[in-house]
Amino acid sequence: MLDPLILGEWWKSFLEGLGLSSGWIILINAVVVTVILLGFGLTSVLFLIWLERKLAARVQDRLGPNRLGPYGLIQTVADALKLMTKEDITPDNAERITYNLAPGLSVFAVLMLLLVIPFGPGLIGVDLNIGVLFIVAMGSIGIMAALMAGWSSNNKYALLGAFRAVAQLLSYEIPMVLAMAAPVILAGTMRMNGLAEAQGGGRWFGLVMPAMFIIYILAALAENERTPFDFLEADSEIVAGYHIEYSGLKFAWFFLGFFLNTLLLASIATTLFLGGWQGPFVKQVPILGPIYYFIKTTVIIAFFMWERATFPRLRIDQMMAFAWKVLVPMGLVLVLAAAAVAKLPVGTALQSVILFVVNVVVLLVALGAIGRHLRKEAERYKVEVRPMPTMS
Amino acid sequence: MVLQGVFIIVSLFTLLSALMVVTHRNLFISALFLVSTFFGVAALYVLLEAEFLAVAQVLVYIGAIATLIIFAIMLSRGMMQGRTSPYNAQAMWAGIGSVVLGLLLLYVVAFQVDWPVTDAKVPADTISNLGAALVGHYVIPFEVASVLLLAALIGAVMIAREKEY
Amino acid sequence: MIPLSWYLAVAAVLFVMGFYGVLARRNAIAILMGIELMLNSVNINLLAFWRYVHPTDVAGLVFAIIVITVAAAEAAVGLALFIALYRLRDTVNIDEVDLLKG
Repeated sequence: MLDPLILGEWWKSFLEGLGLSSGWIILINAVVVTVILLGFGLTSVLFLIWLERKLAARVQDRLGPNRLGPYGLIQTVADALKLMTKEDITPDNAERITYNLAPGLSVFAVLMLLLVIPFGPGLIGVDLNIGVLFIVAMGSIGIMAALMAGWSSNNKYALLGAFRAVAQLLSYEIPMVLAMAAPVILAGTMRMNGLAEAQGGGRWFGLVMPAMFIIYILAALAENERTPFDFLEADSEIVAGYHIEYSGLKFAWFFLGFFLNTLLLASIATTLFLGGWQGPFVKQVPILGPIYYFIKTTVIIAFFMWERATFPRLRIDQMMAFAWKVLVPMGLVLVLAAAAVAKLPVGTALQSVILFVVNVVVLLVALGAIGRHLRKEAERYKVEVRPMPTMS
Repeated sequence: MVLQGVFIIVSLFTLLSALMVVTHRNLFISALFLVSTFFGVAALYVLLEAEFLAVAQVLVYIGAIATLIIFAIMLSRGMMQGRTSPYNAQAMWAGIGSVVLGLLLLYVVAFQVDWPVTDAKVPADTISNLGAALVGHYVIPFEVASVLLLAALIGAVMIAREKEY
Repeated sequence: MIPLSWYLAVAAVLFVMGFYGVLARRNAIAILMGIELMLNSVNINLLAFWRYVHPTDVAGLVFAIIVITVAAAEAAVGLALFIALYRLRDTVNIDEVDLLKG
């Protein structure tokens, strides 16, 4: 009862009643699903931009947008209109085709991910057999968009910014892939809906493997180029990185891609680690599935924004050192542990307990090692005023 | 019918991109056309019902190899040489040889030989079979490939290092 | 159903274009791009034969995966060599790299 899939059944019978051949039905379904997903994605971006500004404002003890619309909700629409009316400058000697293609490609790479997120039991765009691998592949297309944007601007600083952004994205893709491999090992399938189903009965992978969840959150922050990994927007770094030369609507595309990426990375974290649409009474009342999904995703997004409002940013060498020297070894050890524990001839509950203990141990060891390293660095730079210790 | 139309569009896209790769004088645009060729080939893999290979192709070729090629182009100022001709001295003979080879391959391999085509379907659990095969029957090529990757990693880092004198 | 010969034809034309790229281009990185085209065409061939002759045996898929792996390794080492060459000779034009020393 209250099953959103009933709507799908009614739609299918309606189309068959119209007497169309199956090829046309598939095409119409594809278009309708695409329109629904796009609508959902783009309207949530409007909401997310407002949320970001309000949340950051409240953390900083000010009000945030409060003039346009109730609680400032129309502010994002006003911003979009403003960006549309800005002058569209193309730099001299820029490669026109690549320059115009890069913002679209960066949004394309992110939009494709909307297809594989399970919003509820059976509510998924395409239940690919290889959903998790598809997500990783779309991440690598975003890297290509950053390179294209940086090179085609005909600006040395944009190119340098693009190099550094690509270095960051590539470095943090590896901990992200490792963090995505562990739930796949535990669930035994790469289908996104299968991963959500395998977390039934309270066995959320984020609770069984907290260290892996933390690694995924940190890698997702870096993939999204958010604080504390957002030197792209730092005024003291190469200002605005690879989107220096973009103005008006093209910059709006990059901005849109940024927030869509936030939404999608949080959705993937929900599905892989927090049980997706699982929750109490989901089997009896399937409409609760999307509601649980939205609640969990909003919690993670609010956490991302809270981090942005709280932490200062890392330097690029600190960030690269953190990725390669901390996250990758931790990720490898945890994936090995997950694979080993999944093969132990004990019950699932005992496996989860062992895995949790291993995770906590690895986390404590890693924190201890980082702490000792930082203390040694602080000793080295011992002056009256304590500076920020490096990690490299 | 629809499938054949899709195949023709995808393969035309792939072949035209490949043509632009080998004939364009600007090296960076060549690299971007290489990326679109890889996309086209991934689409062909999907038509061949090898979706895992298609996603692996996008991940490895576009995400890693094409990025590496673009980095190398930028680091070696290859794009500055867009004014001179991209072909070397033997281009004409290469063209003639390629056309002859192409006709040979097309005529003999593609259309003359009667390959033992079956009508069997691809089983649904291909990916789990693939995983089991990679660590079961084909474990030696798998391990050798990983040693190869390790050697390539170390070798590339050593070769491209700045020499400290 | 798409006949096998169409896939083989596409692979053949792609191979020939990569072949032309290797033989006729001046920049070393363009030659590497031609080699990658040839490796891709070989993969198309392997997968076409897997799909149409032996779909139940995963040998074709394993072979294609190993080819992708080897192509990645070879591209990495090749590009490292070109970068080192550029540092030494200040050019990646293969016409100008024809002396062993100096």
